[in-house]
Formats: sequence, structure tokens, C-alpha cells
Amino acid sequence: MNKVMLKVDGITMRFGNLIANEDVEFQVHEGEIVSLIGPNGAGKTTLFNCITGFYKPYAGRVIFRGKDITFLPPHQICRLGLTRTFQIVKTLKEMTVKENILTGAFLHARKRKEAEAIAEEIIELTHLTGKKDQLGANLTIADKKRLEIARALATKPLMLMLDETMAGLNQTEIKEAMELCVKLKKAGVTLVIVEHIMEAIMPISDRVIVLNSGKKIAEGAPEDVVKDEQVIKAYLGERYYAKSKKC
Amino acid sequence: MVETKKIFSQKQVLSWMCILIAVLPLAIPNMNFHHVMIMFVIFAALGQSWNIITGFAGQTSFGHAAFFGIGAYTSSVLFWKYMVSPWVGMLLGALIAMGVAVIVSYPCFQLKGHYFAIATLAIGEIIQQIFVSWEYVEGATGISLPILPEGFLQLQFHQSKLPYFYIAYVLFVLVIVVAYGIEHSKMGYYLKAIRESQEAGEAIGINPTRYKLFAMMISSFMTAIFGSLYAQYILYIDPFMVFSLPLSMKIVLLTVLGGLGTLYGPIIGAAILIPLSEYTRILFGGTGKGIDLIIFGLLVVLVACYQPKGMIGLFGGWARKGQRTGGEKGE
Repeated sequence: MNKVMLKVDGITMRFGNLIANEDVEFQVHEGEIVSLIGPNGAGKTTLFNCITGFYKPYAGRVIFRGKDITFLPPHQICRLGLTRTFQIVKTLKEMTVKENILTGAFLHARKRKEAEAIAEEIIELTHLTGKKDQLGANLTIADKKRLEIARALATKPLMLMLDETMAGLNQTEIKEAMELCVKLKKAGVTLVIVEHIMEAIMPISDRVIVLNSGKKIAEGAPEDVVKDEQVIKAYLGERYYAKSKKC
Repeated sequence: MVETKKIFSQKQVLSWMCILIAVLPLAIPNMNFHHVMIMFVIFAALGQSWNIITGFAGQTSFGHAAFFGIGAYTSSVLFWKYMVSPWVGMLLGALIAMGVAVIVSYPCFQLKGHYFAIATLAIGEIIQQIFVSWEYVEGATGISLPILPEGFLQLQFHQSKLPYFYIAYVLFVLVIVVAYGIEHSKMGYYLKAIRESQEAGEAIGINPTRYKLFAMMISSFMTAIFGSLYAQYILYIDPFMVFSLPLSMKIVLLTVLGGLGTLYGPIIGAAILIPLSEYTRILFGGTGKGIDLIIFGLLVVLVACYQPKGMIGLFGGWARKGQRTGGEKGE
């Protein structure tokens, strides 16, 4: 087993009386693709926010490559090599595709030339070459999502956390997104993916973690997780689960 | 989007603008015109300074008169009480304004959007009140600067307005160079990212507070320099003149009219507003007060309705920036 990249240790997050995450713990190893799934409102995005520093968790710790990052601000976490994308895309609208990516590339570039070189490389990798001079605001949702990943990649992350980057895409676009994920894995980027689209996520994931109402209910290889009783209950409801047993 | 042909680069257009501004006062040797040109250059530079924090970084400041006033008062007080050269006063004033900007904006940067704008407005007013009731700087009476023989060191010229113009002009060009440098560097991209989405910026490793603070420091420093210069030119200042809200608003409006967040914007805006306000004053005398603002208000309303990105939006082919912010649909 490769070495542990990210360790989430007993994260609990609450908003007033609402418990969004309760004692969640898992580990991500170097070079893995780990998927985080669960019904709407399971607390996936909250967990993302806790890990990447946008929320300060109520309890628990987040360890990234041996360093406690629980209370670090997002920009410092990014500097350490852990970058995320947003479920609701945050395209820099008044900037072109290239400028969007360039902004990310400046993180590890001393000079503008270096940043430009990184940006060009990422544009190529994410197939945005034809659109690089378009304004962020004028892109389609599929391209915005791709740009979201490209901008994050420009910061040269060791680990990338994707929050529903495939939602709203058509079949071809989903395929392209899957290919990109596999390509990134080969390039040595560890991925944590939140996704609803099972047919996209199951084939590429090494491990799947299932959340339901804030708690981790299952973890394992994709083919095992889909057979898990708790998971089926969570997705289909108690009654349907009982019915499926009968016949 | 239609493929835009960039006939001239931004650098070329800016250079031609600067050359034109430099030769205009020589071509038209008229005292009134020279005065208008001095005011134009000063306000274009103020707009440019304000543009860095508001146009680039997206943090709306309605209190820039505070920095302008601090610059004006620092050099004036030092000159009037201790005969310190206005050049030294100018530098000190700029540094003090920068210090005040840091102290004041650090807590304000916790506020977002409108709340930040309101806070800057309030701070501008507070600083004005302090100067109104401050005995040491003559309070509301204001300071009349002692008239000395002409000279570069004491920054006073009585024969001609041209030396004032060229000093203001050199500083104006410096401000443009700084703004250009920022726009094309890492800092410019980071500031624009913060403007578009602070969270997205943080996610790609930008420390928003630090960059906003840098932008504010540079902006206030340059604003204060022109405050000192203005005081030396008019040779009289009082708090209602240099700390006034209308002054802050003038800086805001001319930049918005010209084009927020672009380097051309403040220059175009000042080229419209300043001649308008100075010539109506010359034409109508005391009664002309306000006419310029009526016309200008109308222009701003029209721009807000039809060309939200400012006059620069009209010059499509000039700059890609102008074209692509023109609000047209993609492809």
C-alpha cells in the first residue's frame, strides 16, 4: 500500500443544532482515486469544505502528508498541494480561459513566463486550446466545469478534490471527464471525487466512501459497496430495500 | 465572440495618449487651458489609483478623499510650520496615508461588498471631522501656504502654469506605469481573481487579505502624492476641500464613466469630466456650480443603462478588454 496522503480523523461539523458531519474518518493513499458518494444532503460538500479549510470543523483533525491542516486557511492548504474545485462553478467571468488558468499557475511560478508555460500545458491537457481566448462568462457549463478543473490543476496539486464536476454534463462530456481523471491519476495526482453519476464513478474509483446524513456508512471497493445493505437502504429507502429482499 | 483584431497594443495606445497629453498644453498656450490640463492630469491619476483597489481588486472605496487630504495636509503643515520642502512632505504624506490605509482597511476587509463601501465612506467622513476640529492644523479655517519665490525645490511657480503641469504629468505617467505593471503581473491576476470570486481565489492559493492590503497601500500612496501636489498648486487647503465626499465621488464617477478596471477608463473619464467642470465654472462663474455634475450625472446614468462597462466599451476594436466586456453574447 502506498503511503497515506490524507487522513481525516473524526471530523464533526455542525451548524447550530444541525449536524452535517459526524465523526467521519477515512484515509486516502497516494495515487488513489477515492470517491465520496451519498444521497443529497449527506454532508459531502460540507466535508470538502472542512478538509480544504473553508470551514473550521467543530471537532476532529485533518492531516495532509503528515501535517495538521485542520485550522489552516484555504490558500495555505492549496500551497501545500491540496486543491479543490467547487460544485457551483466559480469561473472568473471577466477573464479569458487562459487568464483563468494563468491565475492558478502563478502559485508556483516566479516569473510570468513560467506561469504561461504551465498554463499552456494545462490548456493542452484539458482540451481547452480552441477556447483559450473566450471569456469565462461565455462558456457552456461543460467547459466551465472543465475550466474549474484546469484552474485547480494549474496550481500543481499533489491531491485534487473534485466536487461534482460531472453533474449536468452529457454522455460524451462525462466520458471525457472520466478520461481526464484517469490521465491525472497516471500523472501521479491523487483524486478525491464527489459524484452522483454512478456509471461514471464506479469504473475509475479504487475505493468508494459512502456518506449518509453526515455519517460514513460504508467504505470499500466499488463492487462491494454497491452490494452493501446500508448503502442500498440509504439510496432506495427502507421499504424498497425490504421489497427487493422479498422477490 | 467575433475574433477581435488588435490593431494597436495596449502599450501603444497608452503611449500615444501620454504623448498627446504632453504636447497639448504646448500647442494651446492659454492659461485657462493649462489649468484644465493640470486638473485633468491630477484627476486621471487619482482615478487610476482608485482603479487599482476598486477596478482590479473589486473593493469599492468611497473614502479616497481621506488619502488625498492626508497627502495635502502633511506636505502643507510641514511646509507652513517648518519650511520643509514639499517634496519631502509629499513622500511623508504618502507614507502616512499608506499607514492609515493599512490600519483602517485591515478590519474593513472582513466586510464584503456594500458593507465595505459603506465603511470606507464612514471612515472618510470621520477623518474629515477630525481635521475640522483639529486646532493644530487650523481646523475649519484651513491653511494658506506661504508664497515663496519660484523654484522646483519649494514647488511653487508664479509666472506660468506649465511647470506644474509637467510635474503633475510625470507623476501621472508614473502612476500609469505602476498600474500597467500591476495589471500584467501576478498581482494583477490575483486582484482580478479576488474581484471575480474570493473563494475561487483562495482555493488556488491566493491570500485575499494580503493582496487587497497591497492594492490598498499602493492606491493610497499614489492618491496622497496627488493630494500634496494639489495643495502646492492651489496654495490653500481646508478640510471641506480636500476631505470632501464630493471629491471621493468625483474620482469614483470619472472612473466608472470611463471604464472600471481598465487602464484607459480613468483617462477617458477625466478627459470628459474635468474640462466639463472647469469650463462650466469659467463660463458661469459662481452660478455654474453644479451644472457640470448635472451633465455628468446624466452621462453616468446613460452609461449605466447602455454601456455598463463605461465609455471604453464604445471603442470596440481598440482594446480587446473593451470589446469583450461590451456585454455582447458569446459566439
